[in-house]
Amino acid sequence: MKTDCLTILRAATLSFTLAGAVAVFTGSAALAAGGEGPHIERQDWSYNGFFGKYNKAQLQRGFGIYKEVCSSCHGLKLLSYRNLVQKGGPEFSKEEALAIAKEATVSDGFDDSGDPKERPGKLSDRFQSPFSNDQMARSANNGALPPDLSVIAKARTYHRHVPWYTEPYYWLYDMATAYEEKGSDYLYALLTGYKDAPSDMTMGDGMHYNEVFPGHQIAMAAPLSSEMVDYEDGTKPTLEQHAKDITAFLAWASEPHLNARKDLGKRVMIYLAILALLLYLAKLSVWARVKH
Amino acid sequence: MSSDQNDVGRRDFLMVAAGSFAAVGGAAALWPLIDQMNPDASAKALASVEVDLAPIKDGQAITIMWRGKPVFIRKRTAQEIAAAEEVDVNDLPDPQSDSARVEKPEWLVLIGICTHLGCIPRGQAAGDLHGDFGGWFCPCHGSHYDTSGRIRKGPAPRNLEVPPYAFVTDSKIKIG
Amino acid sequence: MSDHSSSYVPSNGFTRWLDERLPVLRMMHGQFIDFPTPRNLNYFWTFGGILTFCLMVQLITGIILAMHFVAHGDHAFQSVEHIMRDVNWGDLIRYTHAVGASMFFLAAYIHMFRGLYYGSYKSPREILWILGVMIILVMIITAFMGYSLPWGQMSFWAVTVITNLFTAIPFVGESITQWIWGGYSVGDPTLNRLFSLHYLFPFVIAALVGLHIWALHVVGSNNPTGVEVKTEKDTVSFFPFYIIKDGFAVIMFALLFAWFVFYAPNYLGHSDNFIEANPLQTPQHIVPEWYFLPFYAILRAIPDKLFGVIAMILAICVLFVIPWLDTSRIRSVRYRPLYKPFFWLFVITCLALGYLGAKAPEGYYLLASRIFTAYYFIHFLVVMPVVGLYETPKEVPDSIADSVLGKEATSETAQ
Repeated sequence: MKTDCLTILRAATLSFTLAGAVAVFTGSAALAAGGEGPHIERQDWSYNGFFGKYNKAQLQRGFGIYKEVCSSCHGLKLLSYRNLVQKGGPEFSKEEALAIAKEATVSDGFDDSGDPKERPGKLSDRFQSPFSNDQMARSANNGALPPDLSVIAKARTYHRHVPWYTEPYYWLYDMATAYEEKGSDYLYALLTGYKDAPSDMTMGDGMHYNEVFPGHQIAMAAPLSSEMVDYEDGTKPTLEQHAKDITAFLAWASEPHLNARKDLGKRVMIYLAILALLLYLAKLSVWARVKH
Repeated sequence: MSSDQNDVGRRDFLMVAAGSFAAVGGAAALWPLIDQMNPDASAKALASVEVDLAPIKDGQAITIMWRGKPVFIRKRTAQEIAAAEEVDVNDLPDPQSDSARVEKPEWLVLIGICTHLGCIPRGQAAGDLHGDFGGWFCPCHGSHYDTSGRIRKGPAPRNLEVPPYAFVTDSKIKIG
Repeated sequence: MSDHSSSYVPSNGFTRWLDERLPVLRMMHGQFIDFPTPRNLNYFWTFGGILTFCLMVQLITGIILAMHFVAHGDHAFQSVEHIMRDVNWGDLIRYTHAVGASMFFLAAYIHMFRGLYYGSYKSPREILWILGVMIILVMIITAFMGYSLPWGQMSFWAVTVITNLFTAIPFVGESITQWIWGGYSVGDPTLNRLFSLHYLFPFVIAALVGLHIWALHVVGSNNPTGVEVKTEKDTVSFFPFYIIKDGFAVIMFALLFAWFVFYAPNYLGHSDNFIEANPLQTPQHIVPEWYFLPFYAILRAIPDKLFGVIAMILAICVLFVIPWLDTSRIRSVRYRPLYKPFFWLFVITCLALGYLGAKAPEGYYLLASRIFTAYYFIHFLVVMPVVGLYETPKEVPDSIADSVLGKEATSETAQ
């Protein structure tokens, strides 16, 4: 009956508490101790956790950086210009988005004599990639292929270096706090991680030293520097701010419906909690006169 | 005994309350499962196409795609316009005057789908059957449309639909 | 149990007419309304209902996803992203399906451990248990195939690695593997057949579940005491008592489910699967989904390719024979003082193998996975038969009613 459930619950609670305590006492020491691979700092993202939402102004600034800096090498092929207007995104006005779309040249089938035809972009068009194929991209970039950035914020992560006995605790902690932003942490660390190569390291031709990139040699030169892109909203254009804004924009590009999802989630959770309570009361009253 | 009855009443109330609350949630959860089959965001975005009318000569017709449907654009001759205008509207199965169906009389723009069961009427090319009224003829079940795209004979219940369009310039229209 | 007298009375002319021709309502009534169920079941017995819920969720969301998915190497990844971005509610439906797989396994594993703890596999429930093991086997295959469909890096390389297991078969391994691939490497034909079978197997699961429930209703539920139902006093009717309790448990489970779907939908996945499949580059760490980690740890613990594969398969198949490996006279671990610590050691072993499956197989991790793999098999092949022979169980209650109401109460004519 109840006794087994209770024993198991108690055991579970006890072990989690213990694991937690151990983690707190050893966590900091472990972080200092490090491990193989670079240490990546957790950032505070407006969109992490239960209440997290994208910040419209930040996404607009981030788009500006994408357009002025990243888009000369990196595509964003899964996005359409209309996405810039949709709720929960940068929420540009239709006119602004149309102006952005029109700057692009889109191939438009063939004309009457069979030659390829082009036209300015429309809202329904996908973002145009800077290179029409991988070979062209490689030849323009010293043999390296700049990845498409459509889902990059979900396609990158890092391993946190903690002792093995605290690792399950951190897993549970991230699960319980809904932290899914390791990809964003990585991108931010990468963009701010350019340093001079250590003197004992031989760098490949045209390669750049980066603290967090696996192997530390990255083909992309440091893309951002402070005051690189003008901010119309008065935000201070530091390197860190640039890196945060472009990361937030790319996070949105990877997961465009996050705001709506978390909104609906709250309503669903409240509904389920009330239903659970009603069922529990019904269960109590049904079982009230039956010993079990 | 009365406290027993109260217990039973309370129990039944809770069962019914929980049951109906669950039913409401279940019904709400059905909507996404149904709505997912509706046109998605990318399909909805393909709302408009622009068409250059300059190369089309008198009496010629072209077919373009809009939302996956054929759109007939025909530059009508003076005779065709006259034929469309002189019909007594009250005699038609689906009464509609020609002027209500065009922006400019020489340009007729229609969704080229028979209002009977969705076939594409013949009559775009010069050598096609044009039906008894000089417009279009649907080969599936024999509906005849006139030079305004109106149903004149056959099983189709309505005139060929006119899509929303506007003249951007004198020789260019935007459909949708 | 199945021959308990039915209290079904057709309520109107139509149901009476139907009852004489196809007594389906009578059967439903007998199986799900007044089916006599032990009165002392705890919440671990609600996982059967929870699993039914999971299967329904997976079937419904899966059929919907198949309406939008394109099973082609060039389009699979894009079509999944199309679902995520453009299809109405597509992101939620896909996340429900992906998280649903994890939830399904979570519930199934708890259900299995419950069966192990209370001896639910022992006579007369052997067939019931074997059907359950068949279900988990088909579930594993189905989940694996489903994971391959988005055709990301992890999908592609998981398919490559797992299909390469077949090359371990002597003599015919190569030809079998090429037959599975439909080519000389993993490619389009492979993706297509994985999709086809991923759609088919859930219905196989549903059929097995039907048999599983049928078998359950022949022998009746086990219960925490492990004592068979003896009189009517030991039971309550399924409705309303267990319907409402199962309902409550399902909703509590749905709360956890919803937490993942709405707030941590990618938490249980891998970032590498957001990179399109690239046959020329293997990701740095290939790790299966969490629910396969214990088996993966066993596979890697064995240094020999063929025996590694065999050990992994045996790890599941050994479950088929435990009704005959367990020599204990009684069922419930509650009354088995000697076996109880071994049971918990086995639970720890499974958790540890799960952890080790996520780690690189080197150094202490490899050593640990070998030790735990050894215990995994020792538990079934040595501990289960031997402990049962030497153990003196604690006193087991005479009946379920005794354990619930105390001895005195049952001798009177209490409720």
